[in-house]
Amino acid sequence: MTTRTVKFSIYRFDPEKDAKPYMKDYTVDLGPSDHKLLDALVKLKVVDDSVSFRRSCREGVCGSDAMNINGRNGLACVTNIDDLKQPIQIRPLPGLPVIRDLIVDMTQFFKQYHSIKPYVVNDTPAPDRERLQSQEDRKELDGLYECILCACCSTSCPSFWWNPDKFVGPAGLLAAYRFIADTRDTATNERLDNLEDPYRLFRCHTIMNCVDVCPKELNPTKAIGKIKDLMVKRMA
Amino acid sequence: MAVPVRKFDAVIVGAGGAGLRAALQLSEAGLKTAVLSKVFPTRSHTVAAQGGVSASLGNSEPDHWHWHMYDTVKGSDWLGDQDAIEFMCREAPNVVVELEHFGMPFDRNADGTIYQRPFGGHMSNFGEKPVRRACAAADRTGHAMLHALYQRNVRANTQFFVEWMALDLVRDEQGNVQGVVAMEMETSEVYVFQAKATLFATGGAGRIFASSTNAFINTGDGLGMAARAGIPLEDMEFWQFHPTGVAGAGVLITEGVRGEGGILRNSAGERFMERYAPNAKDLASRDVVSRAMVTEINEGRGCGPHKDHVLLDITHLDPEVIKSKLPGIREISIKFAGVDPIKAPIPVVPTCHYQMGGIPTNYRGEVVVHDQVVPGFYAAGEVACASVHGANRLGTNSLLDLLVFGKSSGNSMIEYIKTAPKDLPPLATADVDRSLARVARLDGQQNGTPVESARAAMQRTMQNHCGVFRFKDMLKEGVEKILEVEAMVRTIEIADKSRTFNTARLEALELENLIEVAKATMISAEARTESRGAHVRDDAADTPEHPNGRDDENWLKHTLWYRDANRLDYKPVNLKPLSVETIALKTRSY
Repeated sequence: MTTRTVKFSIYRFDPEKDAKPYMKDYTVDLGPSDHKLLDALVKLKVVDDSVSFRRSCREGVCGSDAMNINGRNGLACVTNIDDLKQPIQIRPLPGLPVIRDLIVDMTQFFKQYHSIKPYVVNDTPAPDRERLQSQEDRKELDGLYECILCACCSTSCPSFWWNPDKFVGPAGLLAAYRFIADTRDTATNERLDNLEDPYRLFRCHTIMNCVDVCPKELNPTKAIGKIKDLMVKRMA
Repeated sequence: MAVPVRKFDAVIVGAGGAGLRAALQLSEAGLKTAVLSKVFPTRSHTVAAQGGVSASLGNSEPDHWHWHMYDTVKGSDWLGDQDAIEFMCREAPNVVVELEHFGMPFDRNADGTIYQRPFGGHMSNFGEKPVRRACAAADRTGHAMLHALYQRNVRANTQFFVEWMALDLVRDEQGNVQGVVAMEMETSEVYVFQAKATLFATGGAGRIFASSTNAFINTGDGLGMAARAGIPLEDMEFWQFHPTGVAGAGVLITEGVRGEGGILRNSAGERFMERYAPNAKDLASRDVVSRAMVTEINEGRGCGPHKDHVLLDITHLDPEVIKSKLPGIREISIKFAGVDPIKAPIPVVPTCHYQMGGIPTNYRGEVVVHDQVVPGFYAAGEVACASVHGANRLGTNSLLDLLVFGKSSGNSMIEYIKTAPKDLPPLATADVDRSLARVARLDGQQNGTPVESARAAMQRTMQNHCGVFRFKDMLKEGVEKILEVEAMVRTIEIADKSRTFNTARLEALELENLIEVAKATMISAEARTESRGAHVRDDAADTPEHPNGRDDENWLKHTLWYRDANRLDYKPVNLKPLSVETIALKTRSY
């Protein structure tokens, strides 16, 4: 049986020794159960322990191993090696400062997430039992609450690249709508006020890269559209 | 020692469910709290829990916390402490309702109440028939819970130290806990976090096995730190092998699939669980189902070209039910097994999933060595052993454990901090120096063992010598081998010496924690010469005197493993609940 191998070209940068980033080529032998890109990266790290990337659950639910794979953002752990053209070009998520290799500084991304007040606001006294919610109302949260904060969407969005400090970005706006859509949340007006700004919401130009890359198949553009509709309705 | 010291009322290590739930208590009480996590909080492994969190809400049919308690004691094969189990089951409805108030997007029944599904070992009326007790958000309950808890902590302004790895516990000469030594991953800077109260909520260590449902980060850091600081580890021989990991990939398929009507089949298409658990069938307890599956495979009734797995069949379910109640499972099956479960069954195999043992605590989350509380030290969640899971955990009791004991440990810490002197005592430096020496050894090591060689040797040894079925001779040999691996770990070496986000160094430090867990497991397992729950040995077979191989006369006791000389000690199981009668010993059958 021939050994399966995979060829990579990986973005390398360690600020302690590299004046600037460079791409480095590798060829790695795969084992019989190595099917995902993350499996190959883990094998690579055995050969060169300095290759740096984040990873945890390896099943597409923790959001750690987002990276730019052959020009497209995705999670290494759910990307099939066999679906990729080789050598596989791997770069850090675009638009965020690089700490080292594939590890980016996500401060700005989380700052925007936090800016939308990502928690249910309901100042009415809590009942002894659960707050009731109809199945139809609960269904409104499907496609919103499943976000894993991997940042594939926001870092594929040109509007976020230009204004990461002012535009909330698709992930943050998806979360904003998740709370607006929740019948248990009573702060819709404040949430809309918080987004009524030339940049925070309205920098979305429906380019839809976010929808294209979301590894959970969520649709931030649709959520953003719904927020915009509510803004318009509110004015009328 | 020239290490900067940061001072807090409380320090919490780990930001999964237990750490976040405790942090919420402390932040809302206005205490200065630091939460350290190796990963951004929503990346913690709680995120991967799928099926549900148990609470006797009785939303679909009558249920009672006492029945839940009975099931948990029985599930634990009577090794669980009945005071802690009563506490957990009584608290369950409160903490689940509270979580709903925090914004958890539970699925709903037609009347708007929280949706509940059947699960393995959940029965009504003291073991009579299955009951719907698992409160679920589709099959993403852990994800929904972790995010809701993180969000609530954002509201409470909890102070997080994200991507910091705790290295060692700091104790003074009297053994009081003073905090932790920790490394900022981005810079490799080492700090001491000194606090009046320290909580370990660092999760499990499933990565000691070659095949595990656990995340890469589940490296038993809290257990390693505790062991090095002289704290014993309790009941480490008890590891849960989840019946349904995706064959080959190890990724979890929730028991909720069987709760929704899924059936396990062998190569003949037979629903084989009917032979092993005539009453509960596919919803018997996890240890029972895993053993049945391995027996089927060992007797030649496995599926696939290598006859090395069985099939989990839901093709008879309404595709709409699969899409609405099990969407994550469908996604995992397609991505990791190449199978759409609407059309074809999923290949599954028992896979290491959960550690029942851990740092010994009481139900208040205080760490206890025998009956002595270790002042200032708390543990909650998978790292802790309260013990509510005993020799086998029931599905959905893990998410419940972290809510109940995260909250109760937070409350205990608040009480303790309130009575502690206002100023922190002088910092004892011996443990800090030892921790720095550990890092220095690693950075200076030459001609040592590559991290991967030692880790692979450990994982192979655990997998081959300490699996679903255990054998006397293999365990004995396993102890020798794991001690050889420990010698390898003492000289592990990294090539990368950068101080910037050095993941090679972190993996080496993690391996130093994993090896403590591996030793504790193998040595405790070799010593326990009975079968109980998840620990089943060939030399402790089913006999009339000892049904299922359980030997209550000699082994109704908790193991305590000490790192020092691998010493074993034992302590009695607490059979006395808080308010109800003891659930009396009985032979376990489903």
